Amino acid sequence: MSLDTLILAVSDGVAYASLVFLVAVGLTFIFGVLGVLNIAHGSFYALGAYMAVSIGLGLVKMGFSPWLTFPALFVAAILVGAVLGGLMEKLLLQRIYDKEHVLQILVTFAVFMMLENIQRLIWGVQPYFMSEPLQLLGNVSLVGINYTAYQTLFLPLLALAVLLGLRFFLRHTNAGAQIMAVTEDREAARAIGIDAQRVYFLTFIVGATLAALGGAVAAPTTSLIPGMGAEMIVLSFAVAATAGLGQIEGAAVAALMIGLGRSLAVYIAPEFEVLVPYILMVLVLIVRPSGLFGATAVRKI
Amino acid sequence: MAARLSLIALAILLALVPLFAVSSLTFLAIVYAKSLAVLGIILLLQAGQVSFGHGMFFATGAYTAAFLGRAMGGGGDLALLLVASVGTSLVLGLIVGLFVVRYRYIFFGMLNLAFSMVLYSILEKFFHLTGGSDGLRIRRPTLFGFGFDRGQFDLLLYYVMLVLALAGAYLVWRYLKSPLGQALKAIKTNETRLEYIGLSARSVLLVGYVISAVLCGIGGAGLGLIQGIATPEYTYWTRSSEFVFIAILGGVGHVAGALTGTFVYEAIRTYAAAFVADSWQLILGFVLLAIILKAPTGIVGVFETIAQRRAAARATPANALESANLESMK
Repeated sequence: MSLDTLILAVSDGVAYASLVFLVAVGLTFIFGVLGVLNIAHGSFYALGAYMAVSIGLGLVKMGFSPWLTFPALFVAAILVGAVLGGLMEKLLLQRIYDKEHVLQILVTFAVFMMLENIQRLIWGVQPYFMSEPLQLLGNVSLVGINYTAYQTLFLPLLALAVLLGLRFFLRHTNAGAQIMAVTEDREAARAIGIDAQRVYFLTFIVGATLAALGGAVAAPTTSLIPGMGAEMIVLSFAVAATAGLGQIEGAAVAALMIGLGRSLAVYIAPEFEVLVPYILMVLVLIVRPSGLFGATAVRKI
Repeated sequence: MAARLSLIALAILLALVPLFAVSSLTFLAIVYAKSLAVLGIILLLQAGQVSFGHGMFFATGAYTAAFLGRAMGGGGDLALLLVASVGTSLVLGLIVGLFVVRYRYIFFGMLNLAFSMVLYSILEKFFHLTGGSDGLRIRRPTLFGFGFDRGQFDLLLYYVMLVLALAGAYLVWRYLKSPLGQALKAIKTNETRLEYIGLSARSVLLVGYVISAVLCGIGGAGLGLIQGIATPEYTYWTRSSEFVFIAILGGVGHVAGALTGTFVYEAIRTYAAAFVADSWQLILGFVLLAIILKAPTGIVGVFETIAQRRAAARATPANALESANLESMK
């Protein structure tokens, strides 16, 4: 493997890791606070992507500047996360927090089945693609290798901003402190006047929006096809599980590990591309059953 | 006793089906094959665990039949194919099981899903070995040296799958009543106490897991033989979720839920899905939600409740009145 391909593989891996991190951190954040692993999370990712393409292409078609596709990515993510995520938490999840684990799993799985179908009903099975944001940012040169600025700069910076933003939000704001309190001890938090239901609601919306954002910013780098949501939920679970469920910083490390492993596989042994994340996950879990950073207490932020 | 008699009557009725309804043989054979896989899911649900990846054992069974049939030439021997698929699904169940029984609930479900996705991409990517997404053809096998034409083979397969489905249900029922089966149920109710009485929860769950894997393996080989093909779709997540759906629909409290649920599901799918093909998963998801939130015991559970209420009404009218009042108060 020459240096050129190595640089290519690393840039690829970092861009991919940034996308997976956005989705996985939403998953792990929701789990950390609510104790529910949302299988429909992958659908939020897919719907965010489709919504971003629809809004972005719609704007371009109406004659607006293609630069507006950038805000469109974020608008789509917030739309999907707040509306769908909000509805799902209010209508379904609130009924099942006290129920058996297996029922919680089945409820989010049922939502996943429905959303996958709804997505196919609305957008059909033909692939969608929106390259405007990718082209607008142009290329950057890394040691003589040209690579898109969108993937080498925009995506990693966005992921970093989300990571630092989430850290700051949880440690230095009032709402974040409330979330931490509810995570630590729900009853005690309610006793001192924290509205746990509201905390759950907000947490779920933030997590769902992160998944949709991952999908929206992924849209310019890949073509959208049915089944992308199913693939992403398993992949983001692999990342979250490798890190230890509920670990936010850990998810960043695991995403980078899995992203780089996968992109190296693309250049060395392409057949194994899809397998690498799971092989890494299984290897980590055999040695450390609760993940790289997971302590004995699983529910931790 | 009455229940046992009606079950025997049902078995005889099913055995006589070829006499009066030849056209539905294949449909029913598919129901029997799938009910074996659903039985595996129901078994794991006894321990409170749900797997979204049992399609991997279903595919293992089907691909075993395909590979072995091709290697033996001319389709191979039916008995040998079924025995071989038991063997391969048992081995895979043991390997995957050793890993996943360390986890519960969402980890258990998602790790199974991850493994089945891995198998899916292996089957799809290594197309020079597995035929890729087109899958592998399964030729019509012989049985103990006898060859069959199409009609005869359908009839043979019908009886083989019927016997396997009924035997599977009976054996799982016996297993769940045995001490080992009771220990499996204890994983759901209180795992710590199970450990206190000196049993390893992991070994108990591993036994259950391997049995459920073998059931799925036989079911997959059966469906592969009926349809004459094994494709990666056998281990896609929609397939695994179908099994979970049917298990919840039929009712997880009883082994009869597997056959009942599969029959109802397949009947609706065969006759109604043509009208709603585009929104099939949507409807399934909606019904699944409705069952979980409103009737978590499924079809068999609903019948049981009705039967119990009737029995109670016959025994003491006063009690029935009371329970009716309670019902109306709800």
